[in-house]
Amino acid sequence: METSKESNSTVRNNREGLKGWLNPARYGWERVSYWFQRLTGLFLLIYFIGHVYETSSLTGGQAAWNALLALTQTVQGHIFLILVIGASTFHSVNGIRLIFTHGGMGLGKPGRPDYPYDALSLNYRQKSGIWISLILAALAMLYGADVLFGTK
Amino acid sequence: MNELIKRIKMFRNNHPAGDENADNEKNIREKINLKVFRTNGKSESHFDTFEIPIMRWTTVLDALLHAKSYCDSSIGIRYSCRMASCGSCGMKINGIPRLACYTKISELKGGIVSCEPLANFPQIRDLVTDFSVFFNHHKQIQPFIQNENIQTEDREVLTEYIQKPEDVDKYLQFSYCIKCGLCYSACPTVATDTKFPGPQALSQAYRYSVDNRDNALGKRQNIIDDRHGIWRCHFAGSCSAVCPKGVDPALGIQLLRGHMLRFSKNEQKLAELQDRGLDKS
Ligand code: SF4
Ligand code: FES
Repeated sequence: METSKESNSTVRNNREGLKGWLNPARYGWERVSYWFQRLTGLFLLIYFIGHVYETSSLTGGQAAWNALLALTQTVQGHIFLILVIGASTFHSVNGIRLIFTHGGMGLGKPGRPDYPYDALSLNYRQKSGIWISLILAALAMLYGADVLFGTK
Repeated sequence: MNELIKRIKMFRNNHPAGDENADNEKNIREKINLKVFRTNGKSESHFDTFEIPIMRWTTVLDALLHAKSYCDSSIGIRYSCRMASCGSCGMKINGIPRLACYTKISELKGGIVSCEPLANFPQIRDLVTDFSVFFNHHKQIQPFIQNENIQTEDREVLTEYIQKPEDVDKYLQFSYCIKCGLCYSACPTVATDTKFPGPQALSQAYRYSVDNRDNALGKRQNIIDDRHGIWRCHFAGSCSAVCPKGVDPALGIQLLRGHMLRFSKNEQKLAELQDRGLDKS
């Protein structure tokens, strides 16, 4: 886009920046979902880089591989893996919902707005999608915790 | 005449002057502390607090004007219509972008109401912010009807488009936008990307593109199909949550993106011109 004629410092004046991410609850569930989607995305990126590094240790022989694998067998390693399970479940399920909404599906059709002007795009289909993603992520984490810490 | 005087006397007896005051007493709920953000752009900003008596119907704008009239005349506020039509009085009220004239204090929780300038707009003074970047984004998407097939110069052949109510319904809600900037202030992408047009401009791109009098969809798509354009929207929905006019900008953006991604067909049928029977005459 063409930039405005204002100087950069004027344009930046009073921009919320990353502070705008704080307190996602003030704008409803959709903002919470945006926040989680971004956080889980960043977390999974970090995990992915670590994962590539971990698997590449195979080239160092069996001992190097086993040494790195032992890291995930600690309590902290288990907690980290449980977080990975939760993040990937939420990110995928909510991501599928977002693929549809980004294409304008499941949002409804524009019409004549009537007071008190409830926004059509923030409908219950969308909210349920967010709740389902959160519930599935929690269930997946519980299952993961049971497998990693339990007797299985 | 005597009859009229008698009636006036009767009315006065039934409605003693004291009654009106008693009514007012009942309606004064309490006092609130109004915290107003102060800055002159040069020295450190701070909050000033004013104790304001409120009625059931007192809006935040009423409270600010009370403070300006009776406590500190130097408070900088911008307002005009006082009825959610001009879009001038947007500000952050208790941390959320709202119109001051459309927010009743009785709807807010707690005894403190804080007023701050809209985030993402450069501050000018106190609660007044600079809208030039915002308006510039709006202008860039060419918010007017364009149709190069129709000649609009010759007054002799100038005629009207035929548009059905269902054609109007496609864009009506988006045309309710009063350019108050609340959506722009709430958007998390605008907060970090100064080149992003923002929910208002993007929803207006949709508004003109689905208007069947317009055939410049391709032109507008070229403008917004950019690294900082429509693809930066991640559907946080905050714009629609704060919009006071039911525009639902998030809906417009997703529908426009649906057209661009070919998820949905743009079944726009261009409006026809009304036959004025000029040939027959
Ligand atoms: S879309 Fe709504 S919130 Fe945004 S500028 Fe228009 S009226 Fe204001
Ligand atoms: S004063 Fe016009 S919108 Fe509030």
